[in-house]
Amino acid sequence: MTTLTVNGQDVTIESEDDIPLLWVIRDELNLTGTKFGCGIAQCGACTVMVDGMPRRSCVTPVGSVDGSDIQTIEAMDSPEAKAVQAAWEKLDVPQCGWCQSGQVVSAAALLQMTRQPTDEDIDNAMAGNVCRCATYVRIRKAIHDAAAALEG
Amino acid sequence: MTHQTRRQFLSTGAGLVIGLSLPLGARAQSGAAAVLTRDDVSEGAFAPNAFVRISADDTVTIICKHIEFGQGPYTGLATLVAEELDARWDQMRAVSAPANQELYANLFFGLQGTGGSTAMANSYTQMRQAGAAARAMLVAAAAEQWDVPLGEITVSDGEVRHEASGQNASFGSLADAAAQQSVPVEPALKNPSEFKLIGQDLPKLDTQEKSTGKAIFTMDIAREGMQTVVVKRPEVIGATVTSYDDSAALEVPGVVAVRQIPQGIAVYANSTGAALKGRSKLTVEWDTSNAETRTTDQIMADFSAAASEPGVVVEESGDSAAALSDAAQTLEAEYHFPYLAHAPMEPLDAVLELKDGKAEVWMGAQFPGIDSGAIGEVLGIGAENVSMNVMLAGGSFGRRAQTSPQIGLEVSQIAKAAGGDGAWKLVWTREDDLTGGYYRPLTVHTLRGGLDAEGNITGWENTIVNQSIMLDTFMDQGNSEGKDPTSYEGSTKMPYDLPALKVNWVRQKSPVSVLWWRSVGHTHTAYATETFLDELLEMAGKDPVQGRLDLLKPDMGRDRAVLEKVAEIAGWDGNRVKGDRAYGVALHESFSTYTAQIAEVSDEGGMPRVHKVWVAVDCGVAVNPNVIRAQIEGGIGYGLGTALFNELTLGEGGVVQQRNFDTYRMLRINEMPEVEVAIIQSDADPTGIGEPGTPPIAPAVANAWRALTGTAVRRLPFTSAGV
Amino acid sequence: MRFLIALMLMVTPAVAETVNGLKTVDEFDGIAEEEARSVALFEEMLKVIEHPRCLNCHPAGDTPLQGDEMQPHMPPVIRGEADFGAPGMYCTTCHGSENVAFVTGEGSIPGHSPWQLAPVEMAWVGKSPAEICAQIKDPERNGGKDLAALHEHMAEDGLVGWGWEPGEGRTPAPGTQEILGELTQSWIDTGAMCPDA
Repeated sequence: MTTLTVNGQDVTIESEDDIPLLWVIRDELNLTGTKFGCGIAQCGACTVMVDGMPRRSCVTPVGSVDGSDIQTIEAMDSPEAKAVQAAWEKLDVPQCGWCQSGQVVSAAALLQMTRQPTDEDIDNAMAGNVCRCATYVRIRKAIHDAAAALEG
Repeated sequence: MTHQTRRQFLSTGAGLVIGLSLPLGARAQSGAAAVLTRDDVSEGAFAPNAFVRISADDTVTIICKHIEFGQGPYTGLATLVAEELDARWDQMRAVSAPANQELYANLFFGLQGTGGSTAMANSYTQMRQAGAAARAMLVAAAAEQWDVPLGEITVSDGEVRHEASGQNASFGSLADAAAQQSVPVEPALKNPSEFKLIGQDLPKLDTQEKSTGKAIFTMDIAREGMQTVVVKRPEVIGATVTSYDDSAALEVPGVVAVRQIPQGIAVYANSTGAALKGRSKLTVEWDTSNAETRTTDQIMADFSAAASEPGVVVEESGDSAAALSDAAQTLEAEYHFPYLAHAPMEPLDAVLELKDGKAEVWMGAQFPGIDSGAIGEVLGIGAENVSMNVMLAGGSFGRRAQTSPQIGLEVSQIAKAAGGDGAWKLVWTREDDLTGGYYRPLTVHTLRGGLDAEGNITGWENTIVNQSIMLDTFMDQGNSEGKDPTSYEGSTKMPYDLPALKVNWVRQKSPVSVLWWRSVGHTHTAYATETFLDELLEMAGKDPVQGRLDLLKPDMGRDRAVLEKVAEIAGWDGNRVKGDRAYGVALHESFSTYTAQIAEVSDEGGMPRVHKVWVAVDCGVAVNPNVIRAQIEGGIGYGLGTALFNELTLGEGGVVQQRNFDTYRMLRINEMPEVEVAIIQSDADPTGIGEPGTPPIAPAVANAWRALTGTAVRRLPFTSAGV
Repeated sequence: MRFLIALMLMVTPAVAETVNGLKTVDEFDGIAEEEARSVALFEEMLKVIEHPRCLNCHPAGDTPLQGDEMQPHMPPVIRGEADFGAPGMYCTTCHGSENVAFVTGEGSIPGHSPWQLAPVEMAWVGKSPAEICAQIKDPERNGGKDLAALHEHMAEDGLVGWGWEPGEGRTPAPGTQEILGELTQSWIDTGAMCPDA
């Protein structure tokens, strides 16, 4: 039986160990901000933080992260995440919105590791997150804006 | 969908403001009561009509009859109401309208639906009237309370004031009293010069919840005791189940049942994970006797051969055959366009709860009334016992606008097969989405053009071969005369003065279902016509921009304006190649919106790399320029990724070759060009914006690519053209 | 005579055979000249080294390859400073400690701990057999390995071993890791000779 810390709470998981973390989060824990887009780690809509690093939950069997600390979009409250979300709102980044939880998690993770990312840094970190509405122009600008805001 | 269809719908004379003219007492029957419960509007809320609610807490909620899937109707329609109501932007809210074919009809379609980039165009007057009516009733209530003349009352920034007596009141505090006032049928509307909110970059109403994971979509709905259902579907389009073995699937913990439905074999489980695991253990035998078993190579060859068959002449002027035979120079080209999937990020889904003969449904329905009807029929309870929640949807691009109520039928078949009451969530995977048909029609264009000795275009012939989207569906109103404009729109009514012209359509049939895909016929007609024209202009020794301007008919002022504007902002100087960069232009009107684009392209490893796109767009009054820019940016990204990478192919025996984003790949952030948009100032009524950004990008890139490399790409995508 | 044939039939498969497309060491016994045998052994090792399972993660540039067709990795990823991806998208964003079969359709995502690219100085893509041979013997370009350590890498390393357990949808490397280890040892024992070209 898998136990996790999810958004600061210890939980014991009923799902079988080979069920992807994505569906455990959504169906068993009712945290629906994390989205399903492809199931094969091609789109990034399912991105969550596992022990402080971004991870595609759709290809992560829940048993493989036993004992881990999971953070989902619902609990993203680091200064980087707050700055990213504020920039997202300022620029009205989302269109349909389905991919945006994953975009925000990835962007916040990037800023935690690279405080002032270049366009190339953004490409390298964000190319795994597909946006079918192609909000990429604004995602890029919002990450730069968030980085500037964090510099204060 | 198209201009022609739209006019047909308009000519039915659908009442403009059915909702507005409803007397208060009739609201209970109108469907507005259902809106109130879902909206959590408190007691005593003011509901002047089917489109506006004002609550005691001072929030103003608009009821949006168009589904919100990113194109911005929540924000755009709220702007219209707020403008005429003189509300503050921060008090505005939006919710989705329930299914109600009369109250919430799309005035262009005659039934409730979103599509054809019509949301703003058909709601522009209606929603302004809704806001103006509410304002008039608030003013009347204030005049009565304060016992002052109506004419002395002003409204601004969400406050009702009587200057002379110094009295003021919020909307919320007047809601009760306003509800007692009579509804003005034709309230006066502002002159565009008085607009304060329309034309501003107001923040979108749904951004915050979509940036924090709080927005609730269909797949996020959970009901007590709900089962998740996934369906094993055929690998060949049109195949049906012969037999199946579910013994291994039933052993998967969490799998509750396996049942056959018309769409395939449905696996019912306590969680999505278990349902998917169960489905992977099914063995199914398929009957392909009525399926499409040709390869797409064969289909393309068949369509190509059909181009010489007699079709339907859909536009003709002058004697094109004579013009071509007399021409000093001629050009012929055949274009091949593949099937395409829409691939919205949220795969198709629906939730249905059945209890005591009543069904509640949650889905991103683009024609909610059609789905409700289908659900009521399958379950034998009638549409009147189906309550439809139109959900935020994770994209559509046409996929959720079904010519058949595909998802409503499937989820109700799942409920019916289970028998009895219960709740079920239908989830499609990306594999289901890409292999499931309803593609942009595979299309062949054959074009012939002739020039006289001076380089003037004297003759133009275009034959389009593809399947019909609308004929033989509910959209076919019986007056189509065998023509489906969605198959060839954009190749007719071109803005150019082509003295002898003939456009021919040859309809083909296939078990592969086809559907409108962001900008519909324009997806291929803009490419074929604008790249072919570009080649003709080059043969004639003419500049791509000036050559087009010279060709425009005198009354095509809006086409002229966007083309001149885009040339201006891109600094067009007639040089198609500068260093390692090339520049291509395309002009195309769709959904009554005029768009011109110039693309800056280089050669990166044998594929176009698009660095920047300049755009000029005229969509009438720019209600929210920020949303317009966003839709243009998105439409370009959508069209560019597709032109570069995407084709849906059928292999041996008709098996769909692309299963997921690894083989049907999406444009990514590192491939997205910079986009600069100029919006033409206009007082004309607003027109569409969700789709018109898409058609010009592929031909603009192809024209630049030809300037750079000398290669005319006549088969899309670029990857399969051997580029 | 009849007895002898029966014995050979019984023994031969165990001592000299081709396993899953890779010859075992014994098949090279017939090459009398040691140097030639050494080269032949290396050329056999190349069947593994140049297999997509191995080449894909020994790319020459900054981008790993994937699949039997050796296409550029999609989504696009870069080598990064530690051959482990870019900040914000390290290899572990997608790749776990084991292969994971997809639940929505066919195929799997490969996994192993660690999962990373071979350093660029160990790039094999686009190189000739002679170049690869010289390179893997050169401690400057093989991660500081002497021949014993090189043998251990071939015979024991877990990530190398993944090449024979690559998960659904990927062709395994030829032979087995054990055979590769034996070929490597014999190649070393015969002088670790390289082909001329």
